[in-house]
Amino acid sequence: MIEALHFEFMRNALLAGLLASVICGVIGSLIVVNRLVFLSGGIAHSAYGGIGLAFFLGVPFMAGAFFFSFLSAMIMAAVSSRSKQRADTIIGVMWAVGMAVGILLIDLTPGYNVDLMSYLFGSILSVPRSDLLIMTIAGGGILLLVFYFFNDLLVMSYDEEFALVRGVPVKRLYYMLIGIVAITVVMMVQVVGLILVIALLTIPPYIAEKYTKSLIQMMVFSCALGMVCTSGGLWISYRFDLTSGAAIIFLAGTGFFLSLVLDRLIVLSKRRLMLKSHREMSG
Amino acid sequence: MNDTIVDITDLCFSYSGKEVLHNIDLVVAQGDFIAVVGPNGGGKTTLLKLIIGLLKPTRGRVRLTGRKPGKKGLEIGYVPQQIDHNLSFPATALDVVIMGKHVPENRLPFGRSQQDRRDGLAALEKMGISEFAGRKISDLSGGQRQRVLIARALVTEPELLVLDEPTASIDSRGQTEFYQLLQELNKELTILMVSHDLLSVSAYAKSVACVNKRLHYHQAFASSGELFDAVYACSVYDSCPVTFPQSAPGQSSLPEGVTND
Repeated sequence: MIEALHFEFMRNALLAGLLASVICGVIGSLIVVNRLVFLSGGIAHSAYGGIGLAFFLGVPFMAGAFFFSFLSAMIMAAVSSRSKQRADTIIGVMWAVGMAVGILLIDLTPGYNVDLMSYLFGSILSVPRSDLLIMTIAGGGILLLVFYFFNDLLVMSYDEEFALVRGVPVKRLYYMLIGIVAITVVMMVQVVGLILVIALLTIPPYIAEKYTKSLIQMMVFSCALGMVCTSGGLWISYRFDLTSGAAIIFLAGTGFFLSLVLDRLIVLSKRRLMLKSHREMSG
Repeated sequence: MNDTIVDITDLCFSYSGKEVLHNIDLVVAQGDFIAVVGPNGGGKTTLLKLIIGLLKPTRGRVRLTGRKPGKKGLEIGYVPQQIDHNLSFPATALDVVIMGKHVPENRLPFGRSQQDRRDGLAALEKMGISEFAGRKISDLSGGQRQRVLIARALVTEPELLVLDEPTASIDSRGQTEFYQLLQELNKELTILMVSHDLLSVSAYAKSVACVNKRLHYHQAFASSGELFDAVYACSVYDSCPVTFPQSAPGQSSLPEGVTND
């Protein structure tokens, strides 16, 4: 691994992975506790439509993707805050239509055909310096925003109705949160791909939630888990010559199932202790 | 002890074209313990939400010690009906209680103060569950979580405690303890509670508000039997205003074995 870091692309890849882990750990925790996983998936996939639009119009990829997913994020936010029951259907429709629009627009674009696969799994090994800079600045801005509103977000995430009673501007915060998710997703899509974004946004926070006692602990633990997954996945992909994004997701997924097994073991050992004390008492 | 803290006049509320509440007038005096009863869909929870400012009246007005709901004035503690939502949320009992003190305007300094911690522990102490302060909410029982939510409502030392069907998820022994606790709290604060539990309501509440699109308020009962009659008529026969049977005070017209004082 150390000798791999002699290559600049490897250093950049590692940095991008660590940065993505931090941003995804914080935002992903908010997504998981607010049950916005499906909505985030919808935003990520509708970003595809934006990528197609950007190619069709010949504008920078970021601009198209940002416009498209921010717009669809706001529509999803409006729908989900108005009618919670049917929100999942609408999100599912936008998810599919967004991707279809992206592919159609690329078909219609004259000239060369871009490989959309690279936006699904990303191309972390070819992250340029400039993207790292954008990620650092935008990520820093997002994190500042989250920590400024941290207490409001905390109270809202636990109990929205109670937050309203306390005078928290729940609706505005909800739109802000979903807007932040959209920015995060777009920023990450080119770097790590939209499948990896969803994996990093959900798997580490889900594992962290079970073993932590506060939202802030959950965020910190998710960041650390994300870092282990991205750097470990990069090493695997370098060592065995595998696709980096998929290797990272595979590692995170393995962690996910290990945590399920660990939970089971904890339950079993508690049971054994109980049975043992029971035997001692009666025997 | 007779200051008005909630004053509702001519209130109507309709939701997507359907009238939920019609011409409601209600005055809540300080120190009262009002049970809000009525059939499902009769508008009980809607009435609570109008009082705490989660909903705006279609017509008429709600005043809390002279001010609109939601403005700084009367301190209200609110205990919701649902206690099992967001169970896996990473927070301890104490964290949840401290959330009750949250003031959106004071965003900085970040985190919670020593004072918050002390107040939170004191509220948990009052509910008799301070030994669970550091437990994660998912590791608490339903009854303990209920107490945590009440502590969250009490941590701001409210003048009015609003509860929406608080006993729905507590077993019968827990319920008795719970009502005794409310009675104790009622010495210091006013209580407004939605309940379906007729027996307990008649044993512990001071007055009854029957809500079924309209509202009828029955105050100052001579006996809990009389109060029970009022509650029973409201919830079973849908027939308010209640005409009381001509029974001697303390003697109710209930079937055998339902008396409860």
